[in-house]
Amino acid sequence: MNDFAELLDRLAYEPSRNNKLRLIADYLRATPDPERGFALAALTGALSFQHAKPGMIRTLIAERTDPVLFELSYDYVGDLSETVALMWPSPQALRIFKSDASPPTPDPSPPLASLAEGGEKKRAPSLSEVIETLSTLGKAQLPAQLARWLDALDETGRWALLKLVTGGLRIGVSARLAKTAAASLGGKEPNEVEILWPGLVAPYIELFAWLEGRAEKPTSSDPAPFRPAMLAHALEDLAALDPAAFIAEWKWDGIRVQAVTGASDDGHNLTRLYSRTGEDVSKSFPDLVEALRLPGAIDGELLIVRDGRVQSFNVLQQRLNRKAVTPKLLQEFPAHLRAYDLLVDGTDDLRDLPFAERRERLEAFVKRLNDPRVDLSPLIGFESWAALTAARADPATGGAGPDAEAVEGVMLKRRDAPYLPGRPKGQWWKWKRDPMNVDAVLMYAQRGHGKRSSYYSDYTFGVWTGGATGDELVPVGKAYFGFTDEELHQIDRFVRNNTTERFGPVREVVHAPDKGLVLEVAFEGLQRSSRHKSGLAMRFPRISRLRWDKPPREADRLETLERMLKNGDALPSPSGERVQSRRAKLP
Amino acid sequence: MRPEDLLSPTPSGVCCKPGGFFIDPTRPVDKAVITHGHSDHARPGHGAVLATQETLDLMRLRYGDNFAGSTQAVHYGETLTLGGATVTFHPAGHVLGSAQVAVACKGLKIVASGDYKDAPDPTCAPFELVPCDVFITEATFGLPVFRHGDAADEVGKLMHSVMVFPDRAHLVGAYSLGKAQRVIALIRRAGYDKPIYLHGAMEKITHYYQERGIDLGELKPVRGASKEELSGAIALCPPSAMQELWARRFPDPVTCFASGWMRVRARARQGGVQLPLVISDHADWDGLTATVAATGAGEIWVTHGQEDALVHWAKSRGLQARPLAIVDYGDEDEAQPELPLASGESGEAT
Ligand SMILES: [Zn+2]
Ligand SMILES: [Zn+2]
Repeated sequence: MNDFAELLDRLAYEPSRNNKLRLIADYLRATPDPERGFALAALTGALSFQHAKPGMIRTLIAERTDPVLFELSYDYVGDLSETVALMWPSPQALRIFKSDASPPTPDPSPPLASLAEGGEKKRAPSLSEVIETLSTLGKAQLPAQLARWLDALDETGRWALLKLVTGGLRIGVSARLAKTAAASLGGKEPNEVEILWPGLVAPYIELFAWLEGRAEKPTSSDPAPFRPAMLAHALEDLAALDPAAFIAEWKWDGIRVQAVTGASDDGHNLTRLYSRTGEDVSKSFPDLVEALRLPGAIDGELLIVRDGRVQSFNVLQQRLNRKAVTPKLLQEFPAHLRAYDLLVDGTDDLRDLPFAERRERLEAFVKRLNDPRVDLSPLIGFESWAALTAARADPATGGAGPDAEAVEGVMLKRRDAPYLPGRPKGQWWKWKRDPMNVDAVLMYAQRGHGKRSSYYSDYTFGVWTGGATGDELVPVGKAYFGFTDEELHQIDRFVRNNTTERFGPVREVVHAPDKGLVLEVAFEGLQRSSRHKSGLAMRFPRISRLRWDKPPREADRLETLERMLKNGDALPSPSGERVQSRRAKLP
Repeated sequence: MRPEDLLSPTPSGVCCKPGGFFIDPTRPVDKAVITHGHSDHARPGHGAVLATQETLDLMRLRYGDNFAGSTQAVHYGETLTLGGATVTFHPAGHVLGSAQVAVACKGLKIVASGDYKDAPDPTCAPFELVPCDVFITEATFGLPVFRHGDAADEVGKLMHSVMVFPDRAHLVGAYSLGKAQRVIALIRRAGYDKPIYLHGAMEKITHYYQERGIDLGELKPVRGASKEELSGAIALCPPSAMQELWARRFPDPVTCFASGWMRVRARARQGGVQLPLVISDHADWDGLTATVAATGAGEIWVTHGQEDALVHWAKSRGLQARPLAIVDYGDEDEAQPELPLASGESGEAT
């Protein structure tokens, strides 16, 4: 586990993606099975076991160290796991003269340099051993086991172990990057590993055997496996795209699911419903599972449909919030699958086919299934981007009819796009109808009126743009609602503590690249304006979130707003009322 | 005789009244006993200076021939009588020429250890334990979180990185006096035999080490080397140079920093280091406490660093202990926790 810990440590300091890749690949190449497989599981977030509470770690260290020294150390380091990892009185770190209870018998000839030879060196546990033990260990045995491991590991090893058992392991690499590194062992495309991934379990012996050319490609024995979902990018530049190359459909405000049915060995069909990340959610939707009788794999949106009408996300949320799946729930909130892609038809894998062909197969499949709980997501006919823009602006007359309420935008899919895992460039675009969002930086605050007169509640915010002396913030709007009372208190406090200048009721607030408050601002549209220095004006802006976590440097740039304006995002939305923002999208 | 009558701590250093001298004074005095060549301990402008030959040579290299009115070289183990006190020099294991100074008078012995470490170092004489009544110790790494481990293992990490990234330069920030030469020696012990490149500011001192018979292999100046030549090389520079224009000549370097402070992640991250190497020229917590206990001293005076924790530890062992508030120590070497952006090397030309 010391080697794995060292890899983690190194990854945490290395900013470049390519260099991270090389570090991981080097580790996977140099480390034997099953150790590297468990490491890959840890890197991809595929591990799960019950986590230890920080209180337990504190107890362990309190039994071994002076409380004053612990507090001084914790204060200095600032992180519990790291403090404990460094302070842990490992038997290997004890020096010769440490036995100071007896009168010192200094011997001037050999320096007291080296580590104690006497204390036998305990064998450091491997990552495999730690993970396998943790998955079976009873809660009561954990503290003693943990202490034994901590005794045997070095500082970095102890740090990684404590982060692992407390669930605080933040690796700083994506699962995708780790899989890409694994693929590079065999000179394979990352997507090949991605596609196999759902059928594999740690420690991935067959995967490595295949990558190293020692065995055939692993096949899934699961009759109804998850296939990694294809994801869309947010639309950037509509004008640069050729309308003839794309198919458009509605983007539904539900939950993306994959419905898979396959024949198991005994000839019976097995059906599973997966979330877009591959989590099995079948148990929550028995009403939908029973509708999926034909072997295949549908990619679609889970919705609630009552009397033939799609309900809003709020209604779906009510079903998701209930834990117990009762007959009453099924009746009140009937689940529905709106299908938009077909990955498998019978036993044919369709993922390499162009989307236009898959769509034809999907239409035939849904017809064959012939179940009211599964229907086709209709296509939006359009000749030009102007026509599609109009349909998006008014889905009710654009073809969505009474379901327009549940439309959150349109999807653009290349006719020739194969079904690729992850978020491939240029294949699928999502063009949301949601209020637009930018991250802006608070620049000025003004006292409010009426019951808010004692608060700084009117905010002027800006985004970055290139100025004469480097980047500077240019104001793009003003907002005075959208936040909760609690948030108002927080902003007010921030304003008072970070005022740089006062002009009557207005305070200038610190807004430097590293210091300041980032506000997520939602708005309904943009228009050109000569009144503003930025040349833009926002329609109906409001604060949708406080981004205390974000340094101002990372706020949006004026170019982003310019692009939204150019893309026609600035058209006023038809209903105007659809302003409540939705943060609780699952999963 | 009370210890304070033999050595009295003053804000500008420890003064020996019976002997008429100061140890590592921070302002000019008539007679100074200098423990080692780091600039916060060895300052120019004193009347007479007593130190090891190496320390005197290093002071001359840094400050020029007229750094003191007169000098006297003292060997390890040699005892001198100064006024009413005797002074003996013992190796401190910190850097080349570093010494602990044992001051004795009428049966009372106080050891001023300067900066020291009990870990092995191929570039200087090993630390010698000197039994005494009062032990004056530094506390640069005086917190139990500072555990420096084996420096060879840290250099092993560097060697591994050189193997994984053979086309990237490894730029190692290391203090010019002591750390740099130790890192080079450890790299050689790890079997690396290609030329190692040096920043201009560390050439003189490093060549002095070589003149004293310390084998550092083939060294080349970074100055004048081509980009291609540097691309897969190991180069050493003062920490301050890592953020300077100077460092841009290295294409996509792995920035490494050899320091005891690298033990704490937040510190390493602060400096933008990619490969922290926990290598220190000071004793770590285990080293400090083991040494203090082994001297047999009943009284401990703590100079610079994290005094609180060490004083607390000593008291909990039934020892008398107190911090000495000596200002201006810790300007050079690791005593200064600032990372590459602002370290004490700025006085030296690049
Ligand atoms: Zn020093
Ligand atoms: Zn010092």
